[in-house]
Amino acid sequence: MRKIRVVIAKPGLDGHDRGAKVIARALRDAGMEVIYTGLRQTPEQVVSAALQEDADVIGLSILSGAHMHICPRVMELLHEKGLDDVLVVVGGIIPDVDIPKLHDVGVKGIFLPGTPMQQIIDFINLNVRERVEQV
Amino acid sequence: MGVTAETARQRWEKEVLEPALKKAPERPVQFTTISGRPVNRLYTPEDLQGLDPDRDIAAPGVFPYTRGIHPTGYRGKLWTMRQFAGFGTPEETNERYKTLLKAGGTGLSVAFDLPTLMGRDPDHPLSLGEVGKCGVSIVSLADMERLFDGVTLADITTSMTINSPASMVFAMYLVVAEKQGADWKALSGTIQNDILKEFIAQKEYIYPPRESMRLITDVFAFCSREVPRWNTVSVSGYHIREAGSTALQELAFTLRDGMEYVQYGIDAGLDVDDFSPRISFFFNSHSDFFEEIAKFRAARKLWAEVMRDRFHARHERSWKLRFHTQTAGVSLTAQQPYNNVVRTALQALAAVMGGTNSLHTNSLDEALALPTAEAATLALRTQQIIAHESGVTNTVDPFGGSYFVERLTLDMERGAKDYFDLIDRMGGMVEAIEEGFPQKEIAEAAYRFQQAVERREKTIVGVNDFVQDDEPPVPILYIDDATAQKQLSRLEDLRKTRDNDRVQRSLEALRETARGQGNTMYPLLDCVRAYATVGEMCDALRDVWGEYEEVPLI
Repeated sequence: MRKIRVVIAKPGLDGHDRGAKVIARALRDAGMEVIYTGLRQTPEQVVSAALQEDADVIGLSILSGAHMHICPRVMELLHEKGLDDVLVVVGGIIPDVDIPKLHDVGVKGIFLPGTPMQQIIDFINLNVRERVEQV
Repeated sequence: MGVTAETARQRWEKEVLEPALKKAPERPVQFTTISGRPVNRLYTPEDLQGLDPDRDIAAPGVFPYTRGIHPTGYRGKLWTMRQFAGFGTPEETNERYKTLLKAGGTGLSVAFDLPTLMGRDPDHPLSLGEVGKCGVSIVSLADMERLFDGVTLADITTSMTINSPASMVFAMYLVVAEKQGADWKALSGTIQNDILKEFIAQKEYIYPPRESMRLITDVFAFCSREVPRWNTVSVSGYHIREAGSTALQELAFTLRDGMEYVQYGIDAGLDVDDFSPRISFFFNSHSDFFEEIAKFRAARKLWAEVMRDRFHARHERSWKLRFHTQTAGVSLTAQQPYNNVVRTALQALAAVMGGTNSLHTNSLDEALALPTAEAATLALRTQQIIAHESGVTNTVDPFGGSYFVERLTLDMERGAKDYFDLIDRMGGMVEAIEEGFPQKEIAEAAYRFQQAVERREKTIVGVNDFVQDDEPPVPILYIDDATAQKQLSRLEDLRKTRDNDRVQRSLEALRETARGQGNTMYPLLDCVRAYATVGEMCDALRDVWGEYEEVPLI
């Protein structure tokens, strides 16, 4: 089985990248192949990175409150590119009321402040196995 | 003292400590600060050997100001209770300011939304979903007039947290004051205007480092002539700490940033004593009580020495480090949010024990959203209780002379000097940033801390211990998209109603100045008077200077 490939992205205008960087390192230390896009990526750029990198997972770090605009757009673009099987997870400050809405558009994992890194690693391992095994 | 103290201590260890340890061993935890620094069981006069109280601590109000810049501490004037606020439309934020001033707040502090902070208008593609979310949306002078409606700028001090577009927003503030009939010479307040920590930590940069530094030295020169009481830069450790640095790194990188601004000012031909008294600082107050107090005390001492001995400033006011503090946003937890009230109170107390000149206390709901009015008021009350009930303001620098705090202060000072040497050898802070040095140091520390939390070497109540499953939700402030709609339609109207030829002429004059050597503040004031938008002014400079892009590193 090949390594799980993860694109970690910081969409929107926010530059607070502590969480994105910490989780990128944690996933790498857990044996995954991690590509960090850097700051201020549009949904188009994020999806294009996922396509180019043959990503199994996209991790979006959003703390600014723009998640209800960014996440649906990412999901829409993934669908257009035929990448529906890419696992999308979001980390950041997400109000409770938005969590079901994000699940509805297809975001599988939503991780709030204080989530242990191991929990995120386990979630990814559990949810992408199918895709990785197919390849 | 040496011999008898040692003997007494040895005797204590043998006769008192050892039997006690045999009977009841210490808890099996690491006794370290939150930054990972080991802490001894006990501090005694032995730990202060080599410390000269007259030289290293001195009296308050006396060089090197370890015990504070005021001889009377808080017995004269309390710190300024300055609560950072901003969200939604200018009108909504204006209402919050009036609430805070009515509740006894003594200064304003503006939080801008991300499009404003990044110099983008609300109709830019990257502004999608960001308008009014993290702060107030300010597009043109018209919004600034709405923001301060009914607030007399001559009577208050205002702090504005803005960096890359600091000159543009400051110009807007000055024009509002001008329209109110205020004398610029009497205006007081602060713009953060600290681009170096943006490259290092918060990443809200637009232009490359050297061009960005020019905007700042232009503000130095402009203010020393036109707005002499304005604090031209608030050199910020806050964001460095929030990004995951240790207390020592926060101290060292922040002061080294300050030194870089002073050096650039001198290199731009300014007299050090003309502009450096208007440089202020902004620190984080994190959860490790004594380490924070030591950090604040060491900061004053280091700055005084650097300004006098390295930059040869002659005036005492250039030596005195004045600082604002905010409690640590990153320490707040989404779990059991009421615990955040307690964390914030302790952090605020550390800032006061460290002699802060102004203070923002975070609200309990800030790991979830921007604060509600109720949560923001409670945060302000926390400061008022410390100031008026706890008794800690009765005496100056209460921890002065504590073996532990003085030892920590010395350690902070020495550690910071080591970082200064390292960065000096790289050629300066701009060069160190270009090499990614502070960025890597901070990312490393952030990861180490997260691992310590995962291994439960560091306890966070409600997160990795004392966890509670059935938590009642707290009310939060939800910013909907009405703000974006309103700001977008206003922008459209503005572009129809203003004199667009005048706008274009003023923007071209700005570009022309940017290509040459002139002071950018003057053409910016003309752009603002013509109702050019923040995005247009920033774009004009993007045309000339280009944009900075960092190499993403993990």
